[in-house]
Amino acid sequence: MNAFFELFLRSVFLDNLALSFFLGMCTFLAVSKRVDTAFGVGLAMMVVQTVTVPVNNLIYNFLLAPGALDWAGLGDVDLSFLRLIAFIGVIAAMVQVLEMTLEFHVPKLHRAMGIFLPLITVNCAILGGSLFMVERSYGFAESVVFGFGTGLGWALAIVIFAAIRERLKYADIPEGLQGLGINFIVAGIMSLGFMAFAGMG
Amino acid sequence: MQDNNWRILTRPLIDDNPLTLQILGICSALAVTTSLDTALLMSLVVVCVLALGSGSVSLIRGHIPHSVRIIVQITIIATLVIVVDQVLQAYAFELSKRLSVFVGLIITNCIVLGRAESFAMHNGFVASTLDGIGNGLGYSLILVIVGAIREFFGKGSLLNIQILIPTSQGGAFEPLHLMLLPPSAFFIIGGIIWFIRRKRPQQVEKPEFTLRAREQESK
Repeated sequence: MNAFFELFLRSVFLDNLALSFFLGMCTFLAVSKRVDTAFGVGLAMMVVQTVTVPVNNLIYNFLLAPGALDWAGLGDVDLSFLRLIAFIGVIAAMVQVLEMTLEFHVPKLHRAMGIFLPLITVNCAILGGSLFMVERSYGFAESVVFGFGTGLGWALAIVIFAAIRERLKYADIPEGLQGLGINFIVAGIMSLGFMAFAGMG
Repeated sequence: MQDNNWRILTRPLIDDNPLTLQILGICSALAVTTSLDTALLMSLVVVCVLALGSGSVSLIRGHIPHSVRIIVQITIIATLVIVVDQVLQAYAFELSKRLSVFVGLIITNCIVLGRAESFAMHNGFVASTLDGIGNGLGYSLILVIVGAIREFFGKGSLLNIQILIPTSQGGAFEPLHLMLLPPSAFFIIGGIIWFIRRKRPQQVEKPEFTLRAREQESK
């Protein structure tokens, strides 16, 4: 149990996908002008990540990994090179399914996420999460914790970042650094802040 | 025509740089820049994928139905990336281990898809390939600069050749460990953007709010 908690803390703070692996940076910089939109993206990201990482874990372990097709009598087939294309397919499909389910059952949540849900398909943090899961060979339970943790961490980072940016609009920033430049600097300082969690766990 | 092609190739280097102006492909750019050799390898891979991807999308652009174009583009890009990934694992295993998941992440790198969607779908094969190479080089330029700065100040070496001798080995150079940590990449890119925009003032973004005249006087 303790190990899961530690993994959770690690994936939220220390291994934060946005701030220490630079994943999902494009979305991170593009849709963080306001806190409420940032919250929508964060939420969408969290839900999609929690669903896709475990599903990709099952697909990888039972279909693609070397020796995974033992149950079908094809023990020496290694399909792991197909994982990139399989994961992208799974993510696109899961996003589509999730969108339809949410629209039908929880329309309020669906409205809060808005356009961001489909955009998540091409977010590198999602694919990155699945690839890290394979690289670190997480089991199923670990992948659930990892998926939820990284999603939460990313959402946390973008909401904080958007809040800072809202205040920055009123700041007097040197010409040339305005806009993208200062955003990078702010993200860098936030990343420093998240590194301070290194002592935890 | 010659001039036009040259412009397509060189514009993305500084004037329309994918990283500092179009905000494309930042995701995979920063993580691989802790040393110069990974940055160079990553640049090479991205240039290849971009050139071939844009080229092939442009070749079949007349046959792609509009509604499924994104899926077609992603499939082409994913195929190229898988090939590149397998080649790297076969011939440069050590380096490909260090690039870890970031080779795979080229699929979702917005530069590749962005250029395929915004340029290759409307232009001929030669122009699209050149545009791909140009954008790849613009991306590489930033990557190599950041990689060189981080490796030089973080380890005192370039391409794993020791240039400054660190204090631990009796030299006078104290390695800056911050340079090897993620935050430094943000700071360096921020600085590069600042520098480019000082030289090219037309790239400066207009502030959303300006100080009122009275407040500006009192400053």
